Amino acid sequence: MKSDTAKTLRAFLIELVIYALLVVGYFFLVLHFLGEGLHRLEIQHRNTYAAVAILLIIGQAVVLESVTTLLLRLLRGRSE
Amino acid sequence: MFFPISGAHISPVYLVIVGFLIGILGGFFGVGGSFIAGPALRAVGLDWNFAVGTDLAHIVGKSVVAAKRHRALGNVDLRLGLIMALGTIGGAEVGAQLIQMLKRAGNVNLVVSIVSIAVYLSISTFMMWESRKTLISQKGRLPRGKVTGGKIKQDHSEFMHVTRAIQRLKIWPLIALPASGVKAISLWIILLVAFVGGLFSGFLGGGAGYIRMPSMVYVLGIPTHLAVGTDLFEIIISASYGTFSHAIKGNVDILIALVMHTGAAIGAQIGAISTQYFAGPKIRLAFVPLPLIGAAIVIYTLMTGHKL
Repeated sequence: MKSDTAKTLRAFLIELVIYALLVVGYFFLVLHFLGEGLHRLEIQHRNTYAAVAILLIIGQAVVLESVTTLLLRLLRGRSE
Repeated sequence: MFFPISGAHISPVYLVIVGFLIGILGGFFGVGGSFIAGPALRAVGLDWNFAVGTDLAHIVGKSVVAAKRHRALGNVDLRLGLIMALGTIGGAEVGAQLIQMLKRAGNVNLVVSIVSIAVYLSISTFMMWESRKTLISQKGRLPRGKVTGGKIKQDHSEFMHVTRAIQRLKIWPLIALPASGVKAISLWIILLVAFVGGLFSGFLGGGAGYIRMPSMVYVLGIPTHLAVGTDLFEIIISASYGTFSHAIKGNVDILIALVMHTGAAIGAQIGAISTQYFAGPKIRLAFVPLPLIGAAIVIYTLMTGHKL
């Protein structure tokens, strides 16, 4: 039982480290370049900005959910 | 990190950690976590209007992740969620109008504060009484360890006699909720529960999951795990509506929400998976401190005049 918990914890910590690296890369590669464009859109076309904002957050949610699920599968060797 | 939309300088590490903590709460309890996110964003200097709108956008993303995970665990009643979304949006609009009326009357802060303290304390007290009573009466009969499949549907509540009486009200049209194990319930009762949740959401701010989740369990008779998952699904729709509305008014910095959400995405999954290890009454008992935190924040604001 204890070794199971230790394995789960280790897998989770590895997942967290890989995930953190991916997220840092994402900050610099994507969000950094999106900033100015979104700012301009927010000033000039508020309705389009509102729609884009929702699409972005839902799109990111779907992608991140898939990434974390994939990491869980790879590290634990079984489907959640 | 500079966020050009709101003009704020906020550490992305701080946002990720806040998102992670709120994600765990959201995935486990089915709440938006505005009572923590709002003050956390305000604490780093974000304007109040941006804190409210941006928090809603982050709630959308977090709820997508948590609801997807809950759906995989069989904890989402899509039919119930869609019906409730209609009632919630209607209620939120009425709540927002009510706030405008009170603003014109000039006593909005006091009224909202007193109502919210009363609501938070009532929910906490009732849930503590009910869940403790249920845990005592079910001692030794509740499933231990990982709770999956049919066992999830076998929820117990000492308030069940009232729930059954509500389900016996034959006000047309009646609908069945097979995913939640409810044979027939009036559509109007579901809409009313959602409307009240939406009303508090528009009136007090945030997603009002602290009202909707308990209402689904005690009034509609939805098993706790399903109430958590369905509430999250419903929040996707109602929070998207709120985000759109706030974004048009210039209250959403989507970049802050996207950064917060990277932490929330993993927290929400941990929270959702954790529900498998707890029986319904235990989740309800663990829920008790959440409205109390909300009440404490309002009391602090009332006494100091400093809005968190």
